[in-house]
Formats: sequence, structure tokens, C-alpha cells
Amino acid sequence: MVARNAFPFIVVGGAWEIVAHLGVFPPRLFPSLETVAVTFVQLTAKGILPHHAFDTLVRLLVGFALAAIAGVAIGIAMGRIRAAEDCLLPLVSICAPIPGIAYAPLFLLWFGLGNISAVILVGFVSAFPIIFNTWTGVKAVKEIWVRSAQAMGADQRRLFVKVILPGALPYILTGMRLGLAQAWRILVGVEMLAAVPWGLGWLIFGAREFLDTDVMLSGIVVIAVIGLALEKLVFQRLETFTVVRWGMMT
Amino acid sequence: MTAAAVLSSERAHRILRGGLSLIAVAAIYEGVARSGLFPNVLLPTLPVVATTLAGAIADGTMLLHAFYTLERVLIGCGFAVAVGLPLGILMGRYRPVENFVLPLASALMPIPSLAWVPVFILWFGLGNTVTILIVFYASLFPMLLNTWSGVRAVNPLWLRAAGAMGADEQALFWKVIVPGASPFIITGMRQAFLRSWIAVVGAEMLAASDWGLGWVIFDAKEFLNADVMLASLVVIGAIGFAFERLVFGSIERATVLRWGMVRAAKS
Repeated sequence: MVARNAFPFIVVGGAWEIVAHLGVFPPRLFPSLETVAVTFVQLTAKGILPHHAFDTLVRLLVGFALAAIAGVAIGIAMGRIRAAEDCLLPLVSICAPIPGIAYAPLFLLWFGLGNISAVILVGFVSAFPIIFNTWTGVKAVKEIWVRSAQAMGADQRRLFVKVILPGALPYILTGMRLGLAQAWRILVGVEMLAAVPWGLGWLIFGAREFLDTDVMLSGIVVIAVIGLALEKLVFQRLETFTVVRWGMMT
Repeated sequence: MTAAAVLSSERAHRILRGGLSLIAVAAIYEGVARSGLFPNVLLPTLPVVATTLAGAIADGTMLLHAFYTLERVLIGCGFAVAVGLPLGILMGRYRPVENFVLPLASALMPIPSLAWVPVFILWFGLGNTVTILIVFYASLFPMLLNTWSGVRAVNPLWLRAAGAMGADEQALFWKVIVPGASPFIITGMRQAFLRSWIAVVGAEMLAASDWGLGWVIFDAKEFLNADVMLASLVVIGAIGFAFERLVFGSIERATVLRWGMVRAAKS
């Protein structure tokens, strides 16, 4: 299994090495894999790469946490209260289809260059999928569950905690997953635009000035690892712990 | 009142409330913008934005920007479909192709397309090539993976039935596999377009190239032209919405809905 998965990477890596060593392209622009590996190790040992990665992750998590809190709250309000649905749905449907990165210059103008804009933008962009999915999830809770819980004497609070929230949870988790993926995609771009002092996006973009392709590729490797880890470790775990255990999803 | 009448009056009520909420938000925005709490350049009033938008459309610059952006998206997406569709079908049909491509795709997929912008700028210089390649990268994976799962989701019973009725490889492909996988393929195209619409705006901002909606927004930041930014945001939103609803909606109606692959009740 491992050998089979490794095979394509060996082929592509080999092709890369051959091209890099043939000297068709300048080695500064097309570094060999050893160079990238050496740079990667050096940057990690000096603590530069972890610092960049850490700052990016903090931004991602803060922005995403804001989006999750606001998105779930708004989504539940829209799903439970008619007036909220009628008022918010048109607004959300107008703002959602505009690509998040397009808001970036506007937010930079309003909130200034740097961290605050980046975090707000990430939160703003990842809130939309969470709102939509939470709303759908709350609406998809079976009427008969609600009624049978009420017949068994559940008050509003217990109805909400024991029926509606678990019922909507698979949708909410899907929304969060989509939201986090969007946040991740936007964040790297925003870091390039917002001139933040540390961050993987900035590392890659800044390296362009000095033609440090090896630094860029090291940064991209870290980005890929974080992206994979977010998907595999965070959400798949969360899903097994909650909805799968409750028998909502298999 | 009949059920239909109740439904339509409810709908009218909904639209009314939605419209009212939009008007309320616009009024609040207008009030804040006029109150002078924030500088006018940062928070232009709605008439100013509308005038800017109308002016830019009337003198053709906005249309030209939109045209360049669309051109990049269509070329990039076109390449992505041309590569992703056949490769996805091959992956679904032949095990070795799947074993080779899938690990690569799952390693590359979590890398946001915008992360490649600086690398591509170094390799290909500023300009169109970078933007088109970024669009290609962003839209390739949704196309590839959806086609792949679509081909694998074709009911094996249909394949055997068609085989038993004497369909050769070619007929099997065109009459069974392609229509069978089509709902997935269309979903893939939709996602590919959405992704590339995001990617193109970001790539245009970073790999500046004089024309394009992303470039206008970014350039307007330098001169504090918030009205130009908002006007371009409107155009970006409108084009995205039009593609999603009109283009993909009608493709869906003309193919999978007509073939009965998806239940029309979805709408």
C-alpha cells in the first residue's frame, strides 16, 4: 500500500531531479530537490518556518472560531425564527457568491494592513458555508422528532439541546468543514496582500523578491501538510466522535 | 383558499420581507455613510457607487475588465476540463491510472491555488500566463475527482446490461458511462468554475496585469477609491451569480434533468 502510494511521487520527483540537474532552467528558479530539502531543514532548525506556520495557524483558528460562533448562531436563528430567515437570507445570498478574496482590498482599506484585516476577512468568508449548512440542518430536523420530544414533556431548552442541535449537527459539521477549507484557501492569499509580518503566505510572496524558489517550495510543502492535517486529523476525528457515534451518519 | 394560493401568498410575503430587509440595510448603510463618522472616500454613499458603476459601464472600461477576467477563467477552465475529464474517466476505468494519479492529486489538492502565484510569477513572469495557470490549477481537481467518482458510481448492472445487448466499447462509453457519470461531471464543472472564479480574482491582484476585475479592485486601494471597489464587487457578484444560475442551470436542464438522472423536484 505504502509502496504503491509512494511510486507516483518517486516518478514525479525523479523527473523533477532530471530537469533540475540538466540545467535547462536556472537553478535559482528551478532548484533540485536536495536544495529544497536543505533549505527546508535550515529554515525549520532556525525556527523561521515554525514561526511562520504558527502565525498562519493562529490567524486561521481565530478567524474560523469567529466564523463558527457567528455562523452557527445566525444559522440557527434563521432556521428557527421566520422573521430572521426572511431578513437575513437575501443578505447572505447576495454576499456569499462574491469570492472572498475580492473583499480583501476593501477590508484592508477599512481595517488597515495587518492582522486585524486578515482575521476579519477569514472569519467573514468562512462564515457563509457555516450559515447555509446550519440553516439547512436546523430545517432538516424531522418534525416528528420535535413533536415526540414535546409530547414527552421537553421544554424549549431541552428540545434545543437534545433534539435540534444533535439533529442538525451533521450539517453543521459539513458547513464547518467547507468553511475551514475556504478559510484556508483565502488565508494564504490574504497574507500575501495584507503585508503581515509573519505567515506562510507572506513567506512565499516575500521570497519572490530574492528569487528564493527553494524557500517558496519549502513554504508550499508546509502549507500542503497543514491542509492535509486539517482535513484528516481535525474533521474526520470530530465526525467519528460525534455524529458517527450517535448513529447519525455511517 | 387553495393550497397553491396559500403557497403563492406566502411566497409574496417572503419576497416582500426580503426586499424590506434589503432596503433597511441599504438605508442604514446610507445613514452611516452620510453621518460623516467615517471619511467619505472609505465609505462612499450608494448613489456615488451607482454613478461610478454606471459611468464605468457606459465608457466601456468595466466591460473590458470583465471581458479580460472572463477570458482568463474560460481558457483556464477549458484546459482544466480538457485535462480533468479524460483523466478522470481513465482513472475510473483503469486501475493503474487511478493508482498513479490519485496520490498525486490528494497531495496537491490541499495546497491553495494562490500559494502557487509567487512561484508561477518567477517562472512565467507577470501577466496572463500566471493567471490562466492558477485558474487551471484551481479548477483541475474538482473536475478530476468528480469525474472519477462519477465513472465509479455508474451502476455495474447498466454496464453488464449494455454489454449483454451487444454494445461495443465505444457505444458503452458514449451511451452508458458518459450519461451515467454526467451528474457528477456537471457538479465538477460547477465547482471548478466557482473555484476558478475565486482564484482568478486573487491571481489578478497579485500578478498585476492592467486589466481584469481583481486588478481594478486592488488598484483602487492605492487611490482610496472605495466606490470603484464596491462597483467592481457588484460586477463580480453579478457575473458569478449569472454563471451559476443561467449557464449551469441550463446545462443541467438540457442534460441530466432531461435524461432523468436527477429528480427535477430538487428545485
